Amino acid sequence: MGDPGSLAAWLIVLPLVWGSSSFVFFGKQAAWTAIAGLAVQTALSFHLAAILMESGPGVHRVGGWGAPLGIDLAVDGLSAALLILTQTVTLTLAIYARTYFLHDESKYRHFWSLTGFLIAGMNALFVSADLFNLYVTLEIIGLAAVGLVAMGGGVNQIAAALRYLFATLLGSGAYLLGVALIYGAYGTVSLETLTPLIANHVPRVVWFAAGLMLVGLMLKTALFPFHYWLPPAHSGAAAPVSALLSALVVKASFYLIMRLWIETFAPLNVGYAWLPASLGAAAILWGSWKAIRADRIKMLIAYSTVAQLGYLFLVFPLLPGLKAAQVIVMQIYAHGLAKAAMFAAAGVLVKATGHDTMSGLAGTAGRLPLTLFSFGLAGTTLMGLPPSSGFLSKWQLIDAALADGQWPLVVIVLAGGLLAAVYVFRILSFAFLLPPTNEKIAPIPRSLEWTAFVLAGASVVLGLRGVELIGLLIPWGAG
Amino acid sequence: MINSSLVFTITGIVLFAMGAAAVIMMNNLLRRILAFNLMGSGIFLVLVGLAQRQDAVDPVPQAMVLTGIVVAVAATALALALVRKLHALSGRLDLPRRDNG
Repeated sequence: MGDPGSLAAWLIVLPLVWGSSSFVFFGKQAAWTAIAGLAVQTALSFHLAAILMESGPGVHRVGGWGAPLGIDLAVDGLSAALLILTQTVTLTLAIYARTYFLHDESKYRHFWSLTGFLIAGMNALFVSADLFNLYVTLEIIGLAAVGLVAMGGGVNQIAAALRYLFATLLGSGAYLLGVALIYGAYGTVSLETLTPLIANHVPRVVWFAAGLMLVGLMLKTALFPFHYWLPPAHSGAAAPVSALLSALVVKASFYLIMRLWIETFAPLNVGYAWLPASLGAAAILWGSWKAIRADRIKMLIAYSTVAQLGYLFLVFPLLPGLKAAQVIVMQIYAHGLAKAAMFAAAGVLVKATGHDTMSGLAGTAGRLPLTLFSFGLAGTTLMGLPPSSGFLSKWQLIDAALADGQWPLVVIVLAGGLLAAVYVFRILSFAFLLPPTNEKIAPIPRSLEWTAFVLAGASVVLGLRGVELIGLLIPWGAG
Repeated sequence: MINSSLVFTITGIVLFAMGAAAVIMMNNLLRRILAFNLMGSGIFLVLVGLAQRQDAVDPVPQAMVLTGIVVAVAATALALALVRKLHALSGRLDLPRRDNG
């Protein structure tokens, strides 16, 4: 297990094992198996990063076959960064979900198996080295995520799941057609082989293919105006599921965009980089506006995800380059941790008050101080206040944009921060300023409140430890 | 000059476009599932057409099509299960108007 490639293989196998074993074990056992598996995966992902820092990127040929008929797994700093985020956030959310589902075990018994398959798909995506294998992992993620959305079993959840399913299938269909056309043009789907070929010569069909792939992946990442499926799917699911989907799953398809456009497709980025960037800007404004006007807590948080995803696309005009990669990874971390914390905190609020409306928050601050504090901490990350990781990512983005003379981006980033402040303070003002109603507040297990706090705290503290995370990308950028 | 690979590719892209347009615009969920399968067949046609381009048959696109069919079957099964559930719960075969609240 010494080399990075075989560690990566273990990161795919382990979640499949505990995910499948959850069909056999029920209830508590399934939860503990998953938590144990995730703890091992977390340790493996940190170990993987440590090895990468010393010995550089690694490749693993699955079963010893090798490309083109076999499958290669490749690990670099970028994959390691995303692997660490996925394992740590999922581990924390698993601990949260164990308590959250404690009295609903029969309704949510497939949570553990679906999460296992979801994480296996995500880990496989981060280490895949060819376009077609990336497609397969995208589909595993998509189908598992749709299952998680449908799990609640109500009409609204099933409808949201179907809407999500069609969006994700349409997106991966467009991606696969692009892959087929690229195979037709170059006779390979391996990223490593494609990079010099595309740098050398780009036939017209490849422009078309790359455009199809970009649109498909934007649909899956819910970039404005393709975001229509996200708010019902993310706000309708149970809190641990919403947190997983918003914090991690939408980042998977964005990771793929970044993986392709930062290196292999970099020659295709000339001329139309303003298009994703302006959609990103529109996403920030529209998502924030809808969040400000939402009257349900989880809908507000879901629209905030639409807005925060916009920042990722603002980076397009600055690609390729180490700086852009660092901005993106920092933003993925900041939003991933903060959004997981927010949905976890929202889950506590919904459980305590029994409903999901903003007005139901009245006076909760006095009774659930830790939860509201976590919510506020996560809010500072979304607004981009120092010293949070959100501040670091926005600061880097502004810095890179100014260095490049792209000052409209700066205006958007600053406006987005202000708008985020409006919707975060809206929730806090309901909770702190309105007098408490006489309704009873259900007792909440402490572990739910503390896991939300850990996630929120991590999103702020990461701002102070960002150098290590950025350092992980440096060998990749140089090589 | 028109060769067979070009015919396959163009037919495949047309099928894909028809399927995608129907997935977006149809209301009836069963039709949307069929349209998704049409979309998939279009893609597979492009891949199979490419496999015949060289004198020797290229196995890689065929392996891709096989994998793609497995994925499409799984996705269709999931979609059908969800549609059945929706029908059992609400008695309808289309998605309710969007609630943005």
